[in-house]
Amino acid sequence: MHELSITQSIVELACEKAAGRPVRSVRVRAGKLTAVVADSMLFCFELVVQGTPIEGARLEIEQPPGRAHCRVCDTEFTVEDLILLCPCGSADVAVVAGRELELLSMEVG
Amino acid sequence: MCATCGCTPGTGAHHHDHADGHAHGTETITLEQKVLAKNDGIAHDNRAWLADRDILAVNLMSSPGAGKTTLLQRTITELSAVRPVAVIEGDQETTFDADRIRQTGCPVVQVNTGAGCHLDAEMVRGALTGLDPSRGSLLFVENVGNLVCPAMFDLGEEHKVVVISVTEGTDKPLKYPYMFAVADLVLINKIDLLPYVDFEVDTCTAYARSVNPAVRILTVSATTGAGMPDWYGWLAGH
Repeated sequence: MHELSITQSIVELACEKAAGRPVRSVRVRAGKLTAVVADSMLFCFELVVQGTPIEGARLEIEQPPGRAHCRVCDTEFTVEDLILLCPCGSADVAVVAGRELELLSMEVG
Repeated sequence: MCATCGCTPGTGAHHHDHADGHAHGTETITLEQKVLAKNDGIAHDNRAWLADRDILAVNLMSSPGAGKTTLLQRTITELSAVRPVAVIEGDQETTFDADRIRQTGCPVVQVNTGAGCHLDAEMVRGALTGLDPSRGSLLFVENVGNLVCPAMFDLGEEHKVVVISVTEGTDKPLKYPYMFAVADLVLINKIDLLPYVDFEVDTCTAYARSVNPAVRILTVSATTGAGMPDWYGWLAGH
């Protein structure tokens, strides 16, 4: 349940940035290639915000798909899981997106 | 401007919400900050602290019972004459593993994570202060037995090593791809039990490479010592 400590980090950061202002929503990007389960994060968020200055805020999670670049055929393709195989058959690929884990923005006021 | 009432969101002059969920008097703050930035910052400091003392830190990860502590016991016994070894033990509860390591005479610190399922950089920083490994040592961080959560947390180590035992099943790399994707080395342990279990080393190797083409894979038995020189060779080469 690493989502718990990840969510704690999100709430900590959000409380710091809110600087006392009421927070309506928090927007997070967790790429599909990170080991983050959105439902677990939502569940943890409800627990973690209790008693903090951002209690009552809504969590929005954006999950961009994984993208990889193939060094053999020089194309970019979507990856659904961590088996990094280009449609051309090559495994010589580099992940270019899907590993983001960022606090994007907050709606305050 | 709001089409319903004409007010301008973000001005703070007009505070009310509409039924469509759109709120006035609010402001969107763009942050675009890495969620694990704090952990990564401390891990960076740990890495610099270790490099400054010429200490090679290895983060050992596996499911519970793969044989990490037995592997360490034999490694310490056979390597400590060549190079000083120190260990940080991570478990949810008890000091059992630290007690086993201490019996070898190796300096060790136990970190209990309580409800936590992985070590983080802050815990390792605290442990390093207590342990104070000698210059030039080999530092093993035995993570909490878990093939999921520890994969995401940088501790400041130089290398991540994943241990899998032949009693666990050939398909582990595909079931827990995140862990195998971050590994620099996979140790397939308990190979002395291969005649008794249904485990295919070649298939497991192919599965691990499908999520991590560059990963190095070695087969060992921490009980009999088979394959251990290859593991020591790998350590010496890093």
